[in-house]
Amino acid sequence: MSGGASLSRMSDGRVIGLSGSALSTLMPLHIWIGADGLIAHVGSTLARILPGTGLERRPLFDAVVVLRPAPLCDLADLSALQGQRIKLRLSDLADQTFTAMVVAQADGSLLLNLSFGASIADAVARYDLTLRDFAPTELTAELLFLKEAKSATLQESRALNLRLDGAKRRAQELSLTDTLTGLRNRRAMDGELGALTRDGPASRFGLMHVDLDHFKAVNDTFGHAAGDHVLLVVAEVLQSETRKDDVVCRVGGDEFVLVMKDCDDLKLLDAIARRIIARLEQPIVHEGEICRISASIGTTVSSFYNAPVADQMLSDADAATYQSKAAGRAQHTLFDPETRQSAALH
Amino acid sequence: MHGLVNRSIQCFVTDTYGVDVWARIAASAGLPDGGFEAVLTYDDALTDRTLDAASRALDKCPREMLEDLGTYLASNPTVEAVRRLLRFSGTTYVEFLLSLEDLRGRARLALPDLDMPDLEVCQDTPGSFVLTARWVRPDVGHVLVGVLRAMADDYGALVLLEHEGETDGAARIRISLLDTDFAMGRDFSLAGAAA
Repeated sequence: MSGGASLSRMSDGRVIGLSGSALSTLMPLHIWIGADGLIAHVGSTLARILPGTGLERRPLFDAVVVLRPAPLCDLADLSALQGQRIKLRLSDLADQTFTAMVVAQADGSLLLNLSFGASIADAVARYDLTLRDFAPTELTAELLFLKEAKSATLQESRALNLRLDGAKRRAQELSLTDTLTGLRNRRAMDGELGALTRDGPASRFGLMHVDLDHFKAVNDTFGHAAGDHVLLVVAEVLQSETRKDDVVCRVGGDEFVLVMKDCDDLKLLDAIARRIIARLEQPIVHEGEICRISASIGTTVSSFYNAPVADQMLSDADAATYQSKAAGRAQHTLFDPETRQSAALH
Repeated sequence: MHGLVNRSIQCFVTDTYGVDVWARIAASAGLPDGGFEAVLTYDDALTDRTLDAASRALDKCPREMLEDLGTYLASNPTVEAVRRLLRFSGTTYVEFLLSLEDLRGRARLALPDLDMPDLEVCQDTPGSFVLTARWVRPDVGHVLVGVLRAMADDYGALVLLEHEGETDGAARIRISLLDTDFAMGRDFSLAGAAA
């Protein structure tokens, strides 16, 4: 490496001379270009990462490609960029861009100082750089420290967010679930009906209100454990008689609401209601005791209304259920929108 | 106290002694479910209770346990990030010692709300340094003894560490360099393993 010295004129006219090794210590990524346009000296880190024989004695524009502010290949044009931000790359390292600045000196030589810029972290890995490759006054170590510390904290943050998100989902699920039966609860039903009625007449659905018959007698005769067991069987029946997307809710002690999505076929709904009643009338055995219940059901559908309102539909289905009860229980009644009364189908 | 500090204690216990031991400590100290989060801040009293409970559960005096915590932080693979951040400071053990003073500032750059110990390193005779640590918990000095010992192994240096006690809320540690090139240190790449 040449031991040449660079001169720079101070404001009061004095100049300081720096040897090539002093320049390397201060600016390990510099290129010093003589007035003849040939490269005179290259900083130690730059020399280390360059493949081949290096840059010294090569014409500057043979080794360096100036990209920004504009391509150029004339020493005078380059020296006119003094103090500006320059982007360049080296012919021998085609895929590495450097940020650079140039200083022209009195003797016509140029000093070009390079930096890896934002690609510093990649460059450190690619060229296996160590702290010794940078001047201690450079902020490289701080920058890499910051990058690692940030990514470690971000990882912790992300893990916490995942845990919180999971906890939130579980809490949401719990807040919508009936603890005993695992069916949806009243809050979930309100949400479902709210969403369906918000769509106006476009969404077609059936609303079925199921009220168990004789459930109180089971509770009174065989105790609450038997009652709970019966409710679990009811939940199973209601779920198996509906589709996956339908919503089965327990809205009271022995009251259930079924929301049949995309279904307002009265015949089909009636058939489903009868099937439910028939299955609920099967004796339920609990600890040797036989529990017998049935159900009174009332149904309405969204197409009965110009603009379905959840509360109105619930109250109409409820009225139809009351009709079933009044007519002797264990039957299904369809709400009649003409008379605003409920009509028994049989 | 910053969650990172509490979380370090939790990781130290779970990685070294297992989750069951940690669960016992968490229960007796009345800690939040699921333990500490590194990105939250906790009441200082919680840290006291955790350290007390840990010291009892591990049957170790606080001093010994804090030293083990320091060794763990600077050497355990699951908290490799800490060791890397310490190694960023210098290419030799002496450089590492002298740049410990920058640690607080660097940590602040990354996490403005993380209050790290205020460290001062003076060379009093050739090969002998005094580290002064000021922090809300002066007992951090014992943790630092563990860190300094583990980092000496990391650099392959042979050192003698003496905790000289706490005065005016500051811990003093004397570091005597016996041999800076005692053994092969561990590899360190500035770029990191998976860069």
